[in-house]
Amino acid sequence: MTRSRHVGTERPRPDAADKLAGKAHYIHDIAVQGMLYGRIRFSDHAHARIARIDTSLAESVPGVRAVITGQTTPEIRFGLLRDNVALKKDRVRQFRDEVAAVAATSPEAAARAVELIEVEYEPLPAVFTPDEALAEGAALVHETDHAGRSRSSNLLPLSCRHLTGDIAAATAASRYIVEGTYTVPRIQQACMGTSGCLAEFSPEGNLTITAKTQIPFLAQRDFNRALEALGLTNRNSRVIVPAIGGAFGTGLDTHAYEFIAILLAWKTGRPVKIVYDRREEFSCLSPRQEARIRVCQGCDDRGRLTFRDVEVIQDNGAYTSWGATYPNVMLVTATSLYRVPAVRFDSRIVYTNNTYCQAMRGYGNPEVTWAIESNLDELAAAAGMDPIAMRLLNANEPGDLSPMGLKFDSCALRECLDAVATSLRTSSSPPAGQTRVRGTGMAGLINVGGGGKIYRSDGSGIILKLDDYGNVNVAYGGVEMGQGLHSALTIMVADALGVRPERVFINQTDTATCPWDVGTHASRGAFMAGNAAVLAATKLRERLFALAERVYADEVERNIARIGQSERIEAFDFRAARAADFDLRDGYLAPRQAPDEAWYRIELGRLLRAAHFAERDPAIFTEEAFYEPPTQLPDWERGYGNMSASYGFGAQGVEVEVDTETGEVRILRLVAVSDIGRVLNPATLKGQMYGGIAQGVGYALFEEVQTERGRILNPGFTDYKVASAADLDFPIELRFVETNDPHGPFGAKGAGELALAPTAPAIANAIYNAVGVRVRDLPITPEKVLRALSETSRR
Amino acid sequence: MRIPVRFELNGHAVEVEVAPDRTLLDLLRDTMGETGTKEGCREGECGACTVVVDGRAVNSCLFPAPEIDGTRVLTIEGLSCDHGRLSRVQQAFLDASGTQCGFCTPGMVMTAVAFLAENPAPMDTEIREALTGNLCRCTGYVQIVEAIQLAARRSRDPQA
Repeated sequence: MTRSRHVGTERPRPDAADKLAGKAHYIHDIAVQGMLYGRIRFSDHAHARIARIDTSLAESVPGVRAVITGQTTPEIRFGLLRDNVALKKDRVRQFRDEVAAVAATSPEAAARAVELIEVEYEPLPAVFTPDEALAEGAALVHETDHAGRSRSSNLLPLSCRHLTGDIAAATAASRYIVEGTYTVPRIQQACMGTSGCLAEFSPEGNLTITAKTQIPFLAQRDFNRALEALGLTNRNSRVIVPAIGGAFGTGLDTHAYEFIAILLAWKTGRPVKIVYDRREEFSCLSPRQEARIRVCQGCDDRGRLTFRDVEVIQDNGAYTSWGATYPNVMLVTATSLYRVPAVRFDSRIVYTNNTYCQAMRGYGNPEVTWAIESNLDELAAAAGMDPIAMRLLNANEPGDLSPMGLKFDSCALRECLDAVATSLRTSSSPPAGQTRVRGTGMAGLINVGGGGKIYRSDGSGIILKLDDYGNVNVAYGGVEMGQGLHSALTIMVADALGVRPERVFINQTDTATCPWDVGTHASRGAFMAGNAAVLAATKLRERLFALAERVYADEVERNIARIGQSERIEAFDFRAARAADFDLRDGYLAPRQAPDEAWYRIELGRLLRAAHFAERDPAIFTEEAFYEPPTQLPDWERGYGNMSASYGFGAQGVEVEVDTETGEVRILRLVAVSDIGRVLNPATLKGQMYGGIAQGVGYALFEEVQTERGRILNPGFTDYKVASAADLDFPIELRFVETNDPHGPFGAKGAGELALAPTAPAIANAIYNAVGVRVRDLPITPEKVLRALSETSRR
Repeated sequence: MRIPVRFELNGHAVEVEVAPDRTLLDLLRDTMGETGTKEGCREGECGACTVVVDGRAVNSCLFPAPEIDGTRVLTIEGLSCDHGRLSRVQQAFLDASGTQCGFCTPGMVMTAVAFLAENPAPMDTEIREALTGNLCRCTGYVQIVEAIQLAARRSRDPQA
């Protein structure tokens, strides 16, 4: 696909005007006739038996229409391992467990009633770290699995490992070896728009649910299972996606609050909306996993990597979401960032009585990149090598087949590393004051860029519908959540079909009208949507050109009648035009050999009307396509399989100033160079990069969900710091090495997640370069820097 | 108990009764049905609910509804020009890609409107200071700062 007029150009996003006018409808803004407000009563214990629930006081609050508990409603089981239920019946396993819920005519009545529910608990012993949870005799978070089979350990039955080569032999043959353990905290996605849904039943028992989700079709499956649990067999759930106020992975699973809204709507026969307030969002929505990652790497006397050994232990919390499968994605970087001949990877995921965790942007990659890229810098130091030279020496190349079986059909990691190195070499002004020291550091990355197959289909459908006026309505099942999917899809449809972007309209995502899509995650949205769009547009063009064979001559005659004769007209025998002679460009059909000649040009709408109202074989034009990328569902026991059609690469470099008196780290500048294939829309791509870097800086320096024995201590923006504009007051240089990926639509690869993967290790490496201390525990707070400095000076 | 208040909302006179414990945000969203102003935290930390009261950007989630009596309130709905065309600041956000998920956007725009009225030729650092009360999780703020600079340039030179 080389035809591109709008791909690569800077265009305003199609969803921007509504958002700027305050006209975009988020779940918070949607209300329907007769709607009730739902509210949930959460657990007061990390682990306890529920002895008694008394709802009588709550029921007497004016406006209350229903109070439900696990005892009074059918059990709705959900989650990746189906280890969670919507309302807990006899036991709570985390502070945020849902024990009861209320529906009322006003949010105030619902809030009052939920407080009046009386719950008596009998506390149970609890575990709050993977070490505690795996210790001999530890309390079991789940005594049975979803099917009632007894469990003997807190280890999850999810394995993900890899072995290539002989680690012992490679270790023995290495000249330098460095081992380190690197930790990452739980952090909150902190979407500006909190979570919520609106559930409504038809009298026949079909459900319509407006949900803040990234997986409308997998959610439909989950909600249909819930309907069956309610005894509503042969019924359907329709999932509609409203404007989304940020998602960052929070929409990758269905949630208890959604099933509770369904239960309340079913019970009351009225629409029920549940929207989390900010405190609930922080304390009752699953954050990113906490993990501890041990990395050991070795190299030979020239700095060539000899082996890499990675061991992950992940605190899952009390229940299991898709996010538990982070190790599946960690494998990509663990096995395949830089050329490594021998690799071992192992992971353990452990139940605890902490809040259960879920997906967040990057899905394991920021975690594992933090560990590996920190450790690589340590290895370079041990070998007395320039860390940039070591990375360049080991860089992946196009055509490589990695130990995991990943195929790099396009790869510009070397160019990215080089460009960052060049940028970092430019000197800046000397630091102000004696206690401030400057340093630079960098880190590289690999990220899936052509889907990420962790489900049996990684496909995506699309419908392109042409109307009588030459407009294109696009039905696509992926989700616009701020990342710019609709912007990318608009220009790709325009170019793939040959119309102006202004004529492309993207429908609201709705399982009733859009074809199946696995979900918007793994940086896959634009890649999948674009490939599907190209397939459908190709079919449409073929049909249009076949139609033109039939009606073109008459339409040209009409042009001539209107405009008048010309000598140039004989340059092309329009009466004998065949399908292969035509092109469609910017909404006009014309012969390829005379594309700009007014006599020969037929406006698309006119052509479509000619087909629609034809006496013989009238037709309208709608085409669908389903794109399934050429990838493999890896064998997780072996950690082998080409899970993505293409891979993004990049590197980031930072210059920091460390204040040795206060431990404060100030970023002076940051450079990010990325290979995400071809750039679709530079404006939205830059937005993804800047935003990802901002999240990376927060991950590196200050974000952390603080807990004490399972209770979240900082459930608000007052105590959980999200970077403000002033915190990010340093220049960010963005550059793109535009490889033309053979699998990507118009050569593009996915870009959504890669910006935050290398930010934290680049910063840690810069701190080491400045003051010679290594912090291996995120976030790198001033206290940790000071502690490391004092430990170094004591030595 | 309900308290009668009279104020001007986006150029139009409004007369309503409000409960004393309600905020301006409740009044706008629930009573008036003007949902362009967003609720992000309800504790004055995120700025999604920012509106302009008598020329000053305020967190409407902390502003007691009864105190709105006698003021002039400007919200995101009041910015658009005839036929719903975007205002200068909104258009600059559109052109500079200053919005992604859009949830913080109305608050950002209102902060920018009040700020530019006070400081029509700002430095980037001044813009970033002015935005510290408006959190955004998507953009990293770079294109928001560029949008506000673009709006400032266009107010001096409409061709910019």
